[in-house]
Formats: sequence, C-alpha cells, structure tokens
Amino acid sequence: MSRRKDNYENSRWLKFKRWVDGEVDFLADGMETVKLPEPEGTAGTPEKMDGIPESGFDGEEKKILAGEETKGLLLYRKFYQVMSVLLCCSIIFVLLWTVAYLPEFGNAGNPDNNEVSARYIEQGLKETGAVNMVTGMILDYRAFDTFGESCVLFIASCCVMVLLKIDRNCQDDRTRKRLAEANDRLFEPKNDIILQKCACVLVPLILLFGVYIVLNGHLSPGGGFSGGAVIGSGMILYLNAFGFQKTERFFTEKTYRRITVSALTFYCLAKSYSFFTGANHLESGIPLGTPGAILSSGLILPLNICVGMVVACTMYAFYTLFRKGDL
Amino acid sequence: MSFVQNFPFFSIIIAMFSGILSSVLNGKQARNVSLGAIAVTTVMSGAVLWFCLGTGESYTYMMGHFPAPWGNEIRAGVLEGLTALIFGVVMLLSVIGGMRRIFLDVENGKINQFFILVDLMLSSLLALIYTNDLFTAYVFVEINTIAGCGLIMIRQKGHSFTAAIRYMIMSQLGSGLFLIGLSLLYDVTGHLLMSPAKETVAVIEASGSYEIPMLVILAVISVGLAIKSGLYPFHAWIPDTYGYATPAASAMLSGLVSKGYIFLLIKIFYRVLGRETVIASRIVNVLFLFGLAGMIMGSVHAILEKDTRRMIAYSSVAQIGYIYMGIGLGTQAGMVAAVFHMFTHSATKALLFISAAGLYEVSGGKKDYKSLRGAGYRNPLAGIGFAVGALSMVGFPMLSGFISKLLFATSALQSPHKMMLTLIGLAVSTVLNAVYFLRLVITLYTKRTEPAETEVSRSPWMLRGAVACFILLNLILGLGSQPIVKAIADGLAMFD
Repeated sequence: MSRRKDNYENSRWLKFKRWVDGEVDFLADGMETVKLPEPEGTAGTPEKMDGIPESGFDGEEKKILAGEETKGLLLYRKFYQVMSVLLCCSIIFVLLWTVAYLPEFGNAGNPDNNEVSARYIEQGLKETGAVNMVTGMILDYRAFDTFGESCVLFIASCCVMVLLKIDRNCQDDRTRKRLAEANDRLFEPKNDIILQKCACVLVPLILLFGVYIVLNGHLSPGGGFSGGAVIGSGMILYLNAFGFQKTERFFTEKTYRRITVSALTFYCLAKSYSFFTGANHLESGIPLGTPGAILSSGLILPLNICVGMVVACTMYAFYTLFRKGDL
Repeated sequence: MSFVQNFPFFSIIIAMFSGILSSVLNGKQARNVSLGAIAVTTVMSGAVLWFCLGTGESYTYMMGHFPAPWGNEIRAGVLEGLTALIFGVVMLLSVIGGMRRIFLDVENGKINQFFILVDLMLSSLLALIYTNDLFTAYVFVEINTIAGCGLIMIRQKGHSFTAAIRYMIMSQLGSGLFLIGLSLLYDVTGHLLMSPAKETVAVIEASGSYEIPMLVILAVISVGLAIKSGLYPFHAWIPDTYGYATPAASAMLSGLVSKGYIFLLIKIFYRVLGRETVIASRIVNVLFLFGLAGMIMGSVHAILEKDTRRMIAYSSVAQIGYIYMGIGLGTQAGMVAAVFHMFTHSATKALLFISAAGLYEVSGGKKDYKSLRGAGYRNPLAGIGFAVGALSMVGFPMLSGFISKLLFATSALQSPHKMMLTLIGLAVSTVLNAVYFLRLVITLYTKRTEPAETEVSRSPWMLRGAVACFILLNLILGLGSQPIVKAIADGLAMFD
C-alpha cells in the first residue's frame, strides 16, 4: 500500500494536470486564467447550442450527448483508443522500417538522379527561359499538374463558401441567428492606434514584397503561390487594423469573383493553347526572351501573376468568410 | 495526328472551364452549362472509344511541348474511352434525375456552387481515367475528394455535416497513404510517368533490389485507394455519406467516385507495378478476402437496416466487395469481370438512388418500409425503375447484374485455389441480396390499407426520363454484353 499524500493539491501531478487542462498557465507568472461564465440560455442541451434540429439525432446519440453512457460503451471506447494507438504505432514502425531500405539521401547514384532531372538542370534555362529551375519545372514541364493544383485552391474556396457563406436574402430564423453570430464586427476593437500606425508602415512593404516575389518568380526563389500568400497576409493585416468598412471600398465579393474567374480563365486558355500546340507538334510562337530579364520565359510570368492573384484572393476570402460569413 | 485524339484533353479542360465559369453565373445558368459540359464530354469520350476501336491501339498525348519522361502526359485507349463514356452517361442521368431535389435541398444562393462541384468532379474523374502520370493522378484525387466533401455537405442539414466530416477523414487517410506510396515509388524509380516507371520497376524486380520498399508501396497504394473506394473494413463512412446527401450526389458518389479510384488502382497495377508483380505478392489475396468479407457483411448490414436509403448504401459495400473479389482472383478473366461489374454497379446503383428519390416523393419524404408500402403504384415508373435495379443487383437474367455474376463465376473456375470460396461467396451474397432487395420490391407493390394522407405529386419529367434511360442502359449492359466484354478485354490487353 502506498502512503496517501495529505497535500495532494500541491503535488506536481495535479499542477501538471491543471496545466494540461488549461486551468493554470505557469508561463504567465502563476496568473490563473479565469473561465468565462457560460451565458444563460445556451447552457442547456447541446442540440440547442448547435442549432441542429433535434430530429437529426436518434435516441442513442442523444444519450451519448447527455453523458448517460453505458458500461459496455465505455469499455468499447477504451478498447478502441488502445487499438487505434497500437495501429498507428505499427504503421509508423512499418514506414520507418521501409525508410531504412530506401536509397541513401543525397547519394549521387540514387535512382532519382536520372535523365529527367539531368534535362531539367541542363536544358531548363534554354527550353523554358526561366532562371529559377523550379518555376520552369512546375509552370512549363509539368504545367498540367500545377493547373490541377490551382483548381484545388479554387474548389477549396468554393467548399469553404458552401460551408460558411450565409445567404443574406434568406429571411428565416435560423439564417438570421447565424448571421448575428457570425458578424463579430461589433466586438472588434476599433481604431487601435498602435496597430494602425504599424500597419501603415508594414502593409505597403508587405504588399510590395509580395508583388516582387510574384514578378520575380522565374528569376529567383518564389512565384505565384508564395507571393500570393504574402499579398494575402498583407491584406488581412490591413483588414485587422482598419476594419471591414475600409476594405469593402475596394474589395467586395464582386471583386473577388472577377479576379479569380479572370485569372483562372486566362490560365486555362493560355495553357490549353500551349498543350494543344505541344501535342500537335506546332510552334507555339511565344517568345522566350533573354533569360534573366523581367519580361522573359514566355508564359511563365503571366501564369505566375494569375496564380498569385488566385492565392491572395483565396487567403483573404477564407479569412473574411470565417470572420463574418460573407465576403 | 487526327483531331479526335485531342478529345481526352478537350474533355478535361471543358469540364474544368465550365466549373470556373459557373462561379459567376446564377443557379439556372450554371445548371445549363454543367449539363452541356457533361453531354459534350460524353460525346467526346464516345468518339475516343470509336477511334481507338478503329485503330485497335492506344495512344499517349503530350500535355505541352516536352515528351514523356519530362512533361505531363495523358493516355487513351479502348478501356479509357469506354469507362469515360459510361461514367459520363451515368453522371448526366444522375444530375437530370436528381434535379428537383437539388433545387430543394441546396440553399438558393448556392446552387451554382453545387454545379461547380459537379463540373470539377467530372473533370477529376476524366483526368483519373485518362492520366498517364502518377502525380497528376494524385492532384486529381485531391480535387475529387474535396468535390465529394462539398457535394455531401451542401445539403447543410444535421446529419450531412457529420457525414461530410466522416467522409473527409477517411478519404484524407486514403489520400495520405496513396501519397506516401507515390513518394516511395518515386524514390526507388525516379519517375512519375507511368511508362518509364514501369520499365524501372521491371529492372528493379529483375535485380531483386528494393524488395521490401516495393512490397510496402504496393500495400500502401492498394490500401489507400481501397479506403477511398470503401472496401469492407474501411466502409464506415459509406452509409452516412450515401444516405444523407442529396440523391444526385449520392448517385454520383456511389456510382462514379468510388469506381474512379478502383479504375486508378487497376491502372497502377497494370501500367506501373506490373500485373505479374502484383499477383506474385500476396496483396491480391488480401484484397480477395476483404472483398469476400464485404460481399457478406455489407448484405447483412443492409438486411438489418430500417432506413431504405442507408440500405441501398450498405448494398454498395457488398458490390464494392464483388469488384475487389474480381481483382483479387488475379486472373485476366477476373479483372474483366471486375471492370464489367464496375459498369454494372455504377449504372444500377445510380438508378436505385434516383428511383428511390422518386418513391420518397410520393411517400411524404419518409424512407422506412412502412411508409413506402404501395409506393410502386403511386409512382409507377420509379417503382419499375427500382424493381429493375433491384433485380439487376440480385442477378436476374437479361439485366446487367446477371452478366457480371456469370463472369465472376466463370472466371472463378480458372483459379483453382479460390474457386470454392468465390462460388460460395457468390451464392451466399446473392441470397442475401435477394432477401433485402426483394423485400423492398414486395413492399413497394403491396397495397396500402390505410388511405394516403399526403397529396400525391407527380414526379417531374426529368426524373422519369432519367429512370427510363437508366433502365435502358441496364438492358444494354445486360443484353449487349458481348461487345462490351470484348472491349474491356482488349482495353486491358492494351494496358500492358
């Protein structure tokens, strides 16, 4: 029999447990974080909170939600947890074991050091006109995959819109409630002077840097995806500092749609032209220019600009959709 | 180069472009664009099939100015053309048949989003069918997964969110495993295009190096794609997903999306890893056993289910089991049977979902057996459609299900070790199929004793037209099976 401790409250385990549970933050100088009191009305059943109609759940699930779990179910859960951890461990083991049999990293005789990468490195500059080999690869040699990737972004933003966008014309109770919950403009700090002054300095720099990355994608590390992400984050910073009223003067849903659709359409048409001429062994007639100049490497520069616009708009749209359920 | 050879590329791009365009259109316009795109791509797939049958060989198509190991490539042959044609027809009919429910289930401002998802799903399916590049396959698997998620949750009612989350987690797990497999394969071969990768794999096999990585690659890719297509022990997402989405989405997800992944798996087996390697490793036996288990367990779950839509969904588990059993037989005949059953199942399951939607319409939207009593009299064409679909699944002669069961049985005779198991599995599964499908058909044609409380509304002509076309498709697959089976065998021979 182990001795029972009298001062359990001071034991390290309890402190650790409380830290894990988020009740205490020791890094914050012993200051205890106070849990917000739950507002009245929402403290009822979980169904009410989520606004999901009650008919959506059958009796069994309701019981689980209400915490009336049976013993068998608890046992099953324990079993399930143990088995899932075991399964994950065994998969990790198998994959690590496989890695031991793979060719050594960085070895010159590896299978992936073959004629494919040789041509990319030796002929890349001549054939694509891009000093940045990676851009030449993703936007010229394997442009179809990259077109697929930009469509992944497009469809992801579509899905977020399906999930989060609230129809303002719809007038039923549920929609109005969701609108009120989503619109957190009322709670945002207005005109924070420090943030605004910092943003005044930072936002132009961030946007310029993003444009630079996009425009120099074929010359130096960067390109549409990274540059677009930088521009998008600059716009989000601006939005945080100055609020929706300022951004809505130049960026609304209409702007978003126009930019994405025209960028993707251009991408689609330009690449279709290049695929079609390539497959039919026709000359594309697009000049490659002098390598190293800004206006060079054929279609890569305009395609980078298109990708950059799509990425920037998508990032900004995600943020606003999560903030207020609309663009 | 003849102009028809451009069609695979055109059809992928048209489907994608219509998706991009639909984001600025309203719901009705997006619907028209989408239907137009599906019809045009279907016609193009037909032309590709006809061209490949004429020349008797497949061809590769360079996507850009750079040839095979450097640039992207797509490939078209008889099997690709045939699959794309049947998928296109099934998709067109599913969207047309479920049209009224799409406009009821989806919020008004989001109907164009639904059609964006449909267009991109079509393009990703076509790309999965035509691809000759492993990484292109992965990119479009991703598009397909996201589109599938969107199609489930766009209904935005209670259960559809949980179904979408479930689908997303399982599907992402599958994609992750598939990606790990691809990276390992790239590490040992140094190629992403299928033809050069296959040559390197053959060299590796001959020299006997990388034995363990090759086995893991094979296992990880098979399991990843099996999770995504819903093979038995990984089927937990199927009933929710197919049961709570809007009918058109259910028909597409069960009829096409899971088949797209199976087609990709077959393509990778033949075009990258090599058929002999796959059979020599014991992975096919694992797929065979899981397939058998799925055939039995899916049907047992379906019998126990009270909600008829979830019952149809569980029946999908059983049918996916049939397909994997065919692949697992490891013979050419077994593979032909599996591919044929893929077509059978996509045509029949879409028919069942669409005609069931027509039956729920006249039963006050309820889906249990009691409310559906006599629904076959209230909506005659949907009732006939459901009966035809059910009989086809059970394996009634003249319908497509009979042919695929016949093909499975005859191909089983060629592999002596698995013959008994296959035949017993087929027999048991057929009996179980008959139990739940015929029970529902009998319910549909039992006269209701109490008077109907709801006003019977007439189904839209679109649903009736779609059901009629589906019945026709089933009869074509059932009665004119000879040329189709021959085309499948030719197409598989072209894969090597």
